[in-house]
Amino acid sequence: MIIITPDEFKRVSQATREDGRAPDEIRPLKIEAGILERADGSSYLELGDNKILAAVYGPREAQIKRLQRPDRAVIRCRYNMAPFSVKERKRPGPDRRSVEISKITAEALRPALILERFPRSVIDVFIEVLEAEGGTRCAGITAASVALADAGMPMKDMVVACAAGKVNGRIVLDLSEEEDKRGEADMPVAILPRKKEITLLQSDGNLTQEEFKEALDLAIKGCLKINKIQKEALKKKYGE
Amino acid sequence: MDIVPEIIRENIINLINKKERADGRALYEFRKMFIETGVITKAEGSARVKLGNTQLLVGIKPQIGEPFPDTPNMGIIITNSELLPMASPTFEPGPPDERSIELSRVVDRCIRESNMLNLEKLCIVESSSVWLLFIDLHIIDYDGNLFDAAVLATVAALRDTKLPTAKIEEDEIILDYENPQPLPLEDMALMCTFAKIGDQMILDPSLDEEEILTARLSIGMRPDGTICAMQKGGEGSLTKDDILKAIDITKRRIPQLMEELDKTIPQTR
Amino acid sequence: MILVKDKDIVVPGEVLAKNDYYPGRGTFKEDNKICSSHIGLVSIRNKQISVIPLVSKYIPKRGDVVIGEITDIRFSMWGLDINSPYSGFLPASEVFGKEKRGLENIFNIGDVLFLKVVDVNEVKKVKLGLKGRGLGKFKGGVLVYITPSKVPRLIGKRGSMINMIKEKTRCNIVVGQNGVVWVKGDPEMEKVAREVILMIDREAHTSGLTNRVRYTLTGTYKEG
Repeated sequence: MIIITPDEFKRVSQATREDGRAPDEIRPLKIEAGILERADGSSYLELGDNKILAAVYGPREAQIKRLQRPDRAVIRCRYNMAPFSVKERKRPGPDRRSVEISKITAEALRPALILERFPRSVIDVFIEVLEAEGGTRCAGITAASVALADAGMPMKDMVVACAAGKVNGRIVLDLSEEEDKRGEADMPVAILPRKKEITLLQSDGNLTQEEFKEALDLAIKGCLKINKIQKEALKKKYGE
Repeated sequence: MDIVPEIIRENIINLINKKERADGRALYEFRKMFIETGVITKAEGSARVKLGNTQLLVGIKPQIGEPFPDTPNMGIIITNSELLPMASPTFEPGPPDERSIELSRVVDRCIRESNMLNLEKLCIVESSSVWLLFIDLHIIDYDGNLFDAAVLATVAALRDTKLPTAKIEEDEIILDYENPQPLPLEDMALMCTFAKIGDQMILDPSLDEEEILTARLSIGMRPDGTICAMQKGGEGSLTKDDILKAIDITKRRIPQLMEELDKTIPQTR
Repeated sequence: MILVKDKDIVVPGEVLAKNDYYPGRGTFKEDNKICSSHIGLVSIRNKQISVIPLVSKYIPKRGDVVIGEITDIRFSMWGLDINSPYSGFLPASEVFGKEKRGLENIFNIGDVLFLKVVDVNEVKKVKLGLKGRGLGKFKGGVLVYITPSKVPRLIGKRGSMINMIKEKTRCNIVVGQNGVVWVKGDPEMEKVAREVILMIDREAHTSGLTNRVRYTLTGTYKEG
């Protein structure tokens, strides 16, 4: 005889997503800090089947003079996907999507960094997608923030990102690759968790104003949950 | 530091003259190895290898394409490497530089000449459709000696690779993803790389050792002792004795590499 | 109101205290909260909260002593790598009592020197000097690199830690505030000193370190 508890019943009846998740549930998440030897800071993140590596070099001398600023450090970001990270092999090298993501990632991380302390220097952030399964730009930002902290970068706050969207008419959190392909809207969001300041916001698809507000709130909730895991990863590295 | 401080250089050379190394290893000793396969689910074959702190991933992805006109019944392997900027402050983003290209070509040569993979078995329809195997080396941490780590990882990834079976039905190629088959692997080869410092040829140079070496020699060898690839690097020169010594040590070290490999992913025949 | 304890590990952005505490190093004040700006250890002294960074780059300060490597020779100065985002320069005039002959006859690329930071301007241009006791070029020995923020721990209160290491290993040891350490002595003892220095770098934030160091030194100390 199978007995279903009231909680299970509620959960199962709410789960209309393909992978059985509740609408406000993120995929299994694992974060490790400081996994590379050469880089100043690094992190490894798994979100569902996403596998992301982030590394930071800096602050270091800007080799190219024109990149320097006399009053503060400059942040450079490179988001890249490994050729074997997707179902159909991807040609190595930056494509237009990677270039856009690199730009918005740098802009998402920048508000958290205290750059005035390092004039005439550059902070390089490298995000490498080893395997992609929907939501890599958010995962990349989350991983990059851990790598920056791991590198000893002075920051006002961590940066954490999560996407919300509309799938089958419902607002859901952390879209998988399938959901992103088949859904009606996808909205990646990044925040500075303490004051909930938004540093990344993109929207792709159609949302009413009500739906947008619901999605934004949901994304922020997701970000706060993920921020806890970022903290744990960093503390674990240095803990006893 | 791009330029090795004189003190570090002197220290390494003094130690080597006493047959010692800065990290306590013997002259012909490998650093600690770690091999893991099946790490990327989207790749049909994959492996992660750590040799000391040098670390890389290899992903293998197949595509169906046309064979070369002069080898109409043979599949094709294409090796590419990315020296990711995160791996070292000396790696810049951009198209593969000469180091990256040398690495992929040497690994490719070693795999190809080892006859590990019978390319005829990758033929689907002669003169029209064959398997193209993309071997992508992704270097994520550089602490010296990419060659040996890269060959080890590539062999491990090839052992891990399963391709969908290709059947021809009414002039169309049907791919059966439900029953993927391991690659038909026959022989194999592994690589040992030496750095010439002073008068000694030392195995598996660390980063510091690589930065002060006069010359470098990589040898790809099969378990039976046949040499299937060789590459000299560095701006200095080697004597014939240096080379023979390296070949001798390689023959003695190949079993260790094979054992490490077999521990993680045994050869399926 | 305080939200953390002394020696807690905190991450950037974490709120440490509210209202009547003062922000120290590694923290900043926002509204009426004191927040951490680094990953580090909380240090509470009276009403001041600081965070000691666990990882940091060396930012040169006037008066520091550093160990640097010559990486460039120019018309009237040498360029040096001082293990920092900022390189330093050593004017030829700093070389005591020598006429301005070819700079390469005095110091070469790759030479390692013990220098002092004479001046750092607003855009972090670092002027180095050699006029002072003990400053100059190193010969022989080995170099050990540690995190710059761990240097005080390596030196210890009034030099207690570094002196213990020097005494037990009978090595000559010079510590640069930029995280570069020079050790010279008997080759076996150089290895021991190096091991101990790296141990301190790894475990600086843990308790009982001094005792573990003493055990390592006296446990492996060979009668000389």
